[in-house]
Amino acid sequence: MSDLTVLDVLLWVAFPYIAAASFIVGHILRYRYDKFGWTSRSSQTYETKWLRWGSPMFHYGILGVFVGHVVGLLIPHQWLEFFGITEHLYHLGATWAGVIVGAITVAGLAILMARRGAVRRVLRVTTAMDVIMYAFLAGSLVFGMIAVVQFQVIGQFQAPATGYNYRETVSPWIRSLILFQPDATFMVGVPLAFKLHVLTSTGLFLIWPFTRLVHVLSVPVMYLFRPYVVYRSRDDHRGARAIRRGWQKSPVIDSTRPKQKQKLSSDR
Amino acid sequence: MRVMAQMSMVMNLDKCIGCHTCSVTCKQVWTNRDGMEYVWFNNVETRPGLGYPRQYEDQEKWNGGWVRNKNGRLKLKSGGRLKKLATIFSNNDLPTIDDYYEPWTYDYDMLTSAPQTKNGPVARPKSLLTGENMDIKWSGNWDDNLGGSQETAQDDPILAHMSDHVKMEFENTFMFYLPRICEHCLNPSCVSACPSGAMYKREEDGIVLVDQDDCRGWRMCVSACPYKKVYFNHKTNKAEKCTLCYPLIEQGKPTICSETCVGRLRYLGLMLYDADRVLEAAAIEDEHELLDAQRSVMLDPFDPAVISQAKKDGIADDWIEAAQNSPIYKLISEYKVALPLHPEYRTMPMVWYIPPLSPVVDVVSNSGNDGEDVRNLFAAIDKLRIPVEYLAGLFTAGDTVPIEYSLKKLAAMRAYMRDINLGNEANENIAQAVGMSGAEIEEMYRLLAIAKYEDRYVIPKAHVESARDLEDFACSLDTDGGPGMGGARSTGDIRATDRIPGTPIDSTVASFDALRNVSDPSEPSTPGRLNLLNWNGKGITNGMFPPAGSGSPA
Repeated sequence: MSDLTVLDVLLWVAFPYIAAASFIVGHILRYRYDKFGWTSRSSQTYETKWLRWGSPMFHYGILGVFVGHVVGLLIPHQWLEFFGITEHLYHLGATWAGVIVGAITVAGLAILMARRGAVRRVLRVTTAMDVIMYAFLAGSLVFGMIAVVQFQVIGQFQAPATGYNYRETVSPWIRSLILFQPDATFMVGVPLAFKLHVLTSTGLFLIWPFTRLVHVLSVPVMYLFRPYVVYRSRDDHRGARAIRRGWQKSPVIDSTRPKQKQKLSSDR
Repeated sequence: MRVMAQMSMVMNLDKCIGCHTCSVTCKQVWTNRDGMEYVWFNNVETRPGLGYPRQYEDQEKWNGGWVRNKNGRLKLKSGGRLKKLATIFSNNDLPTIDDYYEPWTYDYDMLTSAPQTKNGPVARPKSLLTGENMDIKWSGNWDDNLGGSQETAQDDPILAHMSDHVKMEFENTFMFYLPRICEHCLNPSCVSACPSGAMYKREEDGIVLVDQDDCRGWRMCVSACPYKKVYFNHKTNKAEKCTLCYPLIEQGKPTICSETCVGRLRYLGLMLYDADRVLEAAAIEDEHELLDAQRSVMLDPFDPAVISQAKKDGIADDWIEAAQNSPIYKLISEYKVALPLHPEYRTMPMVWYIPPLSPVVDVVSNSGNDGEDVRNLFAAIDKLRIPVEYLAGLFTAGDTVPIEYSLKKLAAMRAYMRDINLGNEANENIAQAVGMSGAEIEEMYRLLAIAKYEDRYVIPKAHVESARDLEDFACSLDTDGGPGMGGARSTGDIRATDRIPGTPIDSTVASFDALRNVSDPSEPSTPGRLNLLNWNGKGITNGMFPPAGSGSPA
């Protein structure tokens, strides 16, 4: 532990926990106070020709990326080896599947971002938060791809032929965070591209609940199991929101409700 | 049998003059907001015409509604549950805003702030999407009164199904208006397509609504609705749709489109239906039988078996009575003059239409014959295939028999009543020719032609016991054991003096009405005396002035 600097602890212990806290608490708060704003903010009504290619490419790609990260980061390599997946086998699979899936994701995101810039209607509804979110998302993807290409693809032709084995460093570091026994020493010697990938992704998780990305948590799996037609009683759902106390500060969305309410109560 | 109540509407197209008052008042009440500029919960289409959005009836293009699969079961035309989730990242059936129209405003400021120049300033149209100058090429009723339809009408999906000679000459033949709102279907495909479960049909009155807090903007409802009556608010990114003005309906008042209808052509009332038989009826193989299938799902509110089952299913007595008095039941089930819009979409729509006789009358009159003579009219209905076939394409999946049946009843009513109005002897043969008695014809005439307000709208109020919840008057401290402990209050209690000051009164129609009627906020505790501290400054309170005519104060 002697070679850990303050910066190391900040970046590899404090920052991830802050991001995780923001991710969890942020989502809870957003769900409690801004259900109305909880949407994917689709711009498909403005433009559909680019979106119908870019959006599925990006989303299917990122789902593949997600699965790859679960296998590579959360499952200890000893477990996979127990099932006969050797380091070499894993490396080949992860590298080539990762490159393909990653390339689709990057291409999809490139289409979506180009669309956002080029189509004026879409550009006009792009918020500052969208721009920040895109920066982190694109940064994370690009650094991740650089890391893979630099160390796993090109690195293959150098010794050792297995590329950079992040399953000995980054993966145990992440598991140490999840188990609340953070060990930043794992991250000290990690190559820069991986470090930047980790930092931008952590930043993305930090801002996640405050962006349109909240829609990821609304994957409508329950649609598969419910009856087609939904009935609700008027009594159960007489209004979208619970009535607030008079002295409670109203959130922004309440400004869309008729002002009459306040006027009437002051009349009393 | 499971009895459910459905608030339904019938529109008498013969009386629609295409004034768009319904659309405008609806817009003022519901959709005059950012992101809703292009949204018309109520619109009036000129037919033949493209409709709104353009060609919405072409389900080969939009994949709305249901289809019957080989096993005889219903499937969403846009695909089942798995396909919906697999294609959730891009809804390729979704109309873009250009299929409606690009909303715009005008650069009005130029008119007052432009510097003096040789030419007067103009207010140029500016797109509300991009802020740039734009050319206006289409809007909500661009082909109003067949305007420009030489260019566009060949794209009318109904005409496309008719033969070529029809397409050439329809313009000289007929035209009518079709006002449209959400159909509040018994088997709604929008609700069924919503991945989030945010759309629902209300158990009590069958009104289909979107829970704005649950909607996640997946847009499946927009494309699944074959009538394209769910809209995407492009500012809030949530789906919105016609609410059948439920805050008014709950108060026993008609919707704003009905209330303001100049032609008085809209009818509102309850229908009782058998919820267990909806799917079976919607899945009938022959499209021409869908109309009768849907009629058979409607229950007779006078049948003792239906009444007892309705009571078991929690329908209150006043609602059953309202269903018995319902003008909708008379028009759909008794007279059978009302027909559903596009039953072939298999959603079981509940806004029905009385087909217009006027195109036929116009043709007869323009040819120099008596347009109110029953023989002329009957012959014209039989001979004028174009309007009849067109109407069949709209209302009966192409079956002309119910259209002729309905039109002949209207023609018989016209001819029968003309004799009476001219002081001639009523001709019972006319009534019998359409299987009615003269008395029945006169009854139908009262409903269709006289159309008194109270006959057109038979709307039971939401139940008192649940209406209390509607009011939202309860104080947050009024929980059981809480410091307020006043409990929920009922409608009349808006004036109660024990209301805790500062508690918000919800801005419902009910509280508005209750407040408007408050002229007397505080009954004086002692007769003849007034506590000015409780007086809200409105109206004249008991005891404020001595009784009129009395010489001395009490």
